[in-house]
Amino acid sequence: MRRDEESLMPLAGCTDVYVSLNFGTLKQTRFMNLWRLKELRGVDRRDGRLRIGALTTYTELIRSPLVTRTLPMLVAAARQIGGRQIQHRGTIGGNVANASPAGDTLPVLAVADAMVELASAKGTREVPFTSFYTGYRQTLARADELITAFYIPPLSGTQWFRKVGTRAAQAISKVVVAGIAGDAPRLAAGSIAPTVVRLIRTEAALAAGQTIDAAQRVMLEEIAPIDDIRSTAEYRRRVAANLVEQFCRETKTRR
Amino acid sequence: MRFTLNGKRADVRAHPMARLLDVLREDCHLTGTKEGCGEGECGACTVLIDGLPVNSCLVPFAQVKGARVTTIEGLGGKHPLQQTFVEHGGAQCGICTPGMILAAVALGPKPSLADMQSGLAGNLCRCTGYSAIYRSIRAASGHATERVKARTTSRLVSKPDVVRTFRSALGKRRKR
Repeated sequence: MRRDEESLMPLAGCTDVYVSLNFGTLKQTRFMNLWRLKELRGVDRRDGRLRIGALTTYTELIRSPLVTRTLPMLVAAARQIGGRQIQHRGTIGGNVANASPAGDTLPVLAVADAMVELASAKGTREVPFTSFYTGYRQTLARADELITAFYIPPLSGTQWFRKVGTRAAQAISKVVVAGIAGDAPRLAAGSIAPTVVRLIRTEAALAAGQTIDAAQRVMLEEIAPIDDIRSTAEYRRRVAANLVEQFCRETKTRR
Repeated sequence: MRFTLNGKRADVRAHPMARLLDVLREDCHLTGTKEGCGEGECGACTVLIDGLPVNSCLVPFAQVKGARVTTIEGLGGKHPLQQTFVEHGGAQCGICTPGMILAAVALGPKPSLADMQSGLAGNLCRCTGYSAIYRSIRAASGHATERVKARTTSRLVSKPDVVRTFRSALGKRRKR
């Protein structure tokens, strides 16, 4: 796929590609259109797992009864991405490949313990989503690999999603959190570090029965937000802590 | 490359990475589709692809191969929404209007206020405050309520209203 001297940029819904292309910040000048590849689109169940094709659009996720039933937090995330125009084109694979720490589907995939399917001419492999990002906008996908699907294991417990941005639509997250309640609660957050973060120590604090206050203090040690055009580090820390409390109360993890 | 444009077969030569917006405006000479932000934030360039509203500034021409593309010209000036946007002040400066109408077309019949708000969340308008747009859409779907009827007359805004608005914007109040 990318044995040539210059790398090829895979094209899905292009909602991020044209932004960087128009701004002149896109490195690649050669492109490979994937849009019509039916094999990479759609949602089904395979061997007890939910399989989401990388080219599945946000609209297709929102409209899927299977996703609505088994992964409602992903539907919640998809509904808050862009407006309809973006939802009709943007894809979950593109959201992951774009590797922005603010990607709204990323915390969902992180708490769901999703696996990323990577395919190349040499074959396919699965890697845990939580280890997919190796740094700011860096992934462990090789240059010849394409993200083809995500696999979600069966989940139990109330799913929770909350995005905080300047408005409900068309806004990039200042802080985004996904969670699953239960005896071993799970939490992941975006826009608060160079990559999406699974809040493992916060989860452990909650599982051990610690108070919301204590869990919030642990969480603040797990995140490393920055000041940028959308928000400040201080605001993000405050909001992230508030979202941990909101998760606990709304899912009855704590009162 | 072949696709269907406003119900007719089209065969257009353009760079595969050209933005659909530019192909429509410059190669097909359909300038009803407007460019606002050029980055998918404003919805001014909205067209329908296979019936779904998309931002044509973010679609490479290569991706419309075989697809049905509908621009504002495809509504022929006779669509009920085009009429009601004129009658109810849904169009003011006009830049958002073609995209707004195409996004509204995709709402389907008789959308609720919530449907309109979420369905048009990707279309920015800086003139109307959206109320006139929602009114236009309600009128087009044939369920103009008494309240809506009462508010919309042939004169959209009376001249004294305009004067009052400008005066208050300037901080001047008419002495009564």
